[in-house]
Amino acid sequence: MTDNAIKEEKGFSFTRKDSSLILAFLGVSFVALLLGAVAGLLQVLERGGYISLQPQWYYLLLTLHGVALALIFTTYFIIGFLYSGVIKTLGGKMHDADRRTGWIGFWMMTIGIILALFAIANQSSSVLYTFYAPMKASPWFYVGLALVVVGSWVGGTPIFSSYAKWRKANKGQPSPLFAFMAVATFVLWVIATLGVAIEVVFQLIPWSFGWVSDIDVSLSRTLFWYFGHPLVYFWLLPAYIYWYVNIPAVVKGRLFSDSLPRLTFILFILYSIPVGFHHQLMEPGITSFWKFLQVILTMLVVVPSLMTVFAILATFEIAGRMQGAKGRFGWVKKLPWNDVRFLVPFFSMVMFIPAGAGGVISASYQLDQVVHNTLFITGHFHMTLATTVVLTFFGISYWLIPLLTGRTLTRFANNLGIVQGVVWLLGIFLMSVPMHIVGVLGAPRRSAFSTYAGHPVVQEWKPYLLSAGVGGTLLFIGILLYLWVVLYLMFFSPKAEKPMPYPIGRVDPKYQKPPLFLERWPVWIGLTFALILIAYLWPVLQMIQHAPPGSPPIRTW
Amino acid sequence: MHFPRYERIWLIAGISTLFLFLLLFGIMAVGMGLNPPNHTETIDPKAVAATPPFDNPGLKQIGNNEYELTMTAQIFMFSPSEITVPAGSKVHFQVTTPDVVHGMQIAGTNVNIMAIPGHITRYTHTFHDPGDYLIVCNEYCGTGHHYMIGRFVVQ
Repeated sequence: MTDNAIKEEKGFSFTRKDSSLILAFLGVSFVALLLGAVAGLLQVLERGGYISLQPQWYYLLLTLHGVALALIFTTYFIIGFLYSGVIKTLGGKMHDADRRTGWIGFWMMTIGIILALFAIANQSSSVLYTFYAPMKASPWFYVGLALVVVGSWVGGTPIFSSYAKWRKANKGQPSPLFAFMAVATFVLWVIATLGVAIEVVFQLIPWSFGWVSDIDVSLSRTLFWYFGHPLVYFWLLPAYIYWYVNIPAVVKGRLFSDSLPRLTFILFILYSIPVGFHHQLMEPGITSFWKFLQVILTMLVVVPSLMTVFAILATFEIAGRMQGAKGRFGWVKKLPWNDVRFLVPFFSMVMFIPAGAGGVISASYQLDQVVHNTLFITGHFHMTLATTVVLTFFGISYWLIPLLTGRTLTRFANNLGIVQGVVWLLGIFLMSVPMHIVGVLGAPRRSAFSTYAGHPVVQEWKPYLLSAGVGGTLLFIGILLYLWVVLYLMFFSPKAEKPMPYPIGRVDPKYQKPPLFLERWPVWIGLTFALILIAYLWPVLQMIQHAPPGSPPIRTW
Repeated sequence: MHFPRYERIWLIAGISTLFLFLLLFGIMAVGMGLNPPNHTETIDPKAVAATPPFDNPGLKQIGNNEYELTMTAQIFMFSPSEITVPAGSKVHFQVTTPDVVHGMQIAGTNVNIMAIPGHITRYTHTFHDPGDYLIVCNEYCGTGHHYMIGRFVVQ
């Protein structure tokens, strides 16, 4: 990767065609972010009792919030970011055929989203983003989501094919780390989405159109959660890519190691897919043994997570020492604390500590009984997805957008970005922490404001819900600030005189090259499928053979 | 693959904690029998109201301080929705739903189970502390989801 270093000093610019494709993906993600944020604000105010919405509107907004943020914002942003790094590390521009495929994927996804949003807006599909059968949304909602998933597979093809082309042209060479990780992220995504694709295409679509009368609810939930947990790793891995690959350059250091992050990503693929049952611990139809087995596999994800903590901190220390830090903790002072590209993602790393602990609690075989389906879960994933992942994505956009538009990240944008990060932290603190507590006290998630017939326990919940309303409002302000910076960097900040660098960390040349066996994808994918078969084959066969009579479609909103 | 010394220490500490966690879950599950609901009994969701015992939901005493509670969770009510048992009672829940997915949680206790159409959920819990507990539906089931409640009184 030494040649990258030379390029880096020269700065990097994308070709016009490439930057348009990436900006198209990022652009849709920002629109989704705004839509989801408005829905989120109204929800959290309603839940706190500050405003009063008709229940059908509340649950419509809840569906919109989940679909816009969990499914649209993340997927589009991730594809845009991965394209940028793949282009940067694999030759500087995308092959014309790959770019065409990228656009086909983009339009498939976008048509899908328009269909799904239309179905949500006409009140036919308030089934939340988990769309549990037998609540039946409009068939176009499911068709739209299926198009998003299939479109994302098409959108991922350029990543795979750019990587394959590079490997062919550079036989015997380890691939650039960013490209390796982008491939790993998309391998995980494709394997994980197979479950939801099967659910939507073979169960939900025929059933919602009325071609078949009944649906097997347990099986549909199992297929959903087979996808639903790896989905969170699909969000997290791009944030990890930024931490592992880009941040070392931002802090003017070196990569701690080139092999360890590759191993980490392989472990994430292996351990994150066969684990969906931990979302279904409280339901019948799956016996204890299989639930317990999947809890063990879930907990194993602790290992690559701890490896990441170590590697990131080591990177920071190396960076500080390379800049002449003295003493045990002198390196802390050398970190670029006033640089938004570092500080905002640093916030996200710090927040990942309580977020991860909450995850261990909710996935615990017995502890889940206390927190399952309570606001604890909502608090938890607003710390993981809506803080760890999102703040890192914000940090990425603060330098990636000017790079794509040929503008500069000004001091003004930098400082506004930092203010945004602080507002976000404060918002999450006031919203998510109370959600965790009130969840343990028994307040359910996904519910509109209710006095629960004046039951005394609800009085105990009230202050926490009021605080969540304030926190949610701050988060909304945070999103407006972010979008302000984004618009500024897209259209108004001064044109850059010379191209700015795309930060890619270098490996210390004294380290050995990463072993090539880490790039033997058929082996890792094969192993993943073996683990999936071990964890799922028998219980799913049981579910099918021992299936109850199915459920007809029901609309309850 | 080469691991630096500090990283080895960190990994060993981390992995040992992991095994300690798993051991604890294992002891509680196997040794103390603490498992979440896990039965695979099925029922026709369209015929719940005609299938015993769900044709006649309610609380039945089956022993000294031991009860069987047959409950249906449906849009947007639990039946029965008011239950009273003496403190120290062991209650065997059997719950199902004739329509969509519901959650049945007794706030402040470990009773937190899902009702899935086509399945019967069984769970046993002993209520030691007297009190007036709120039952909530904790899985979104439609417009009236947040009005779907019940009361569980332990005297």
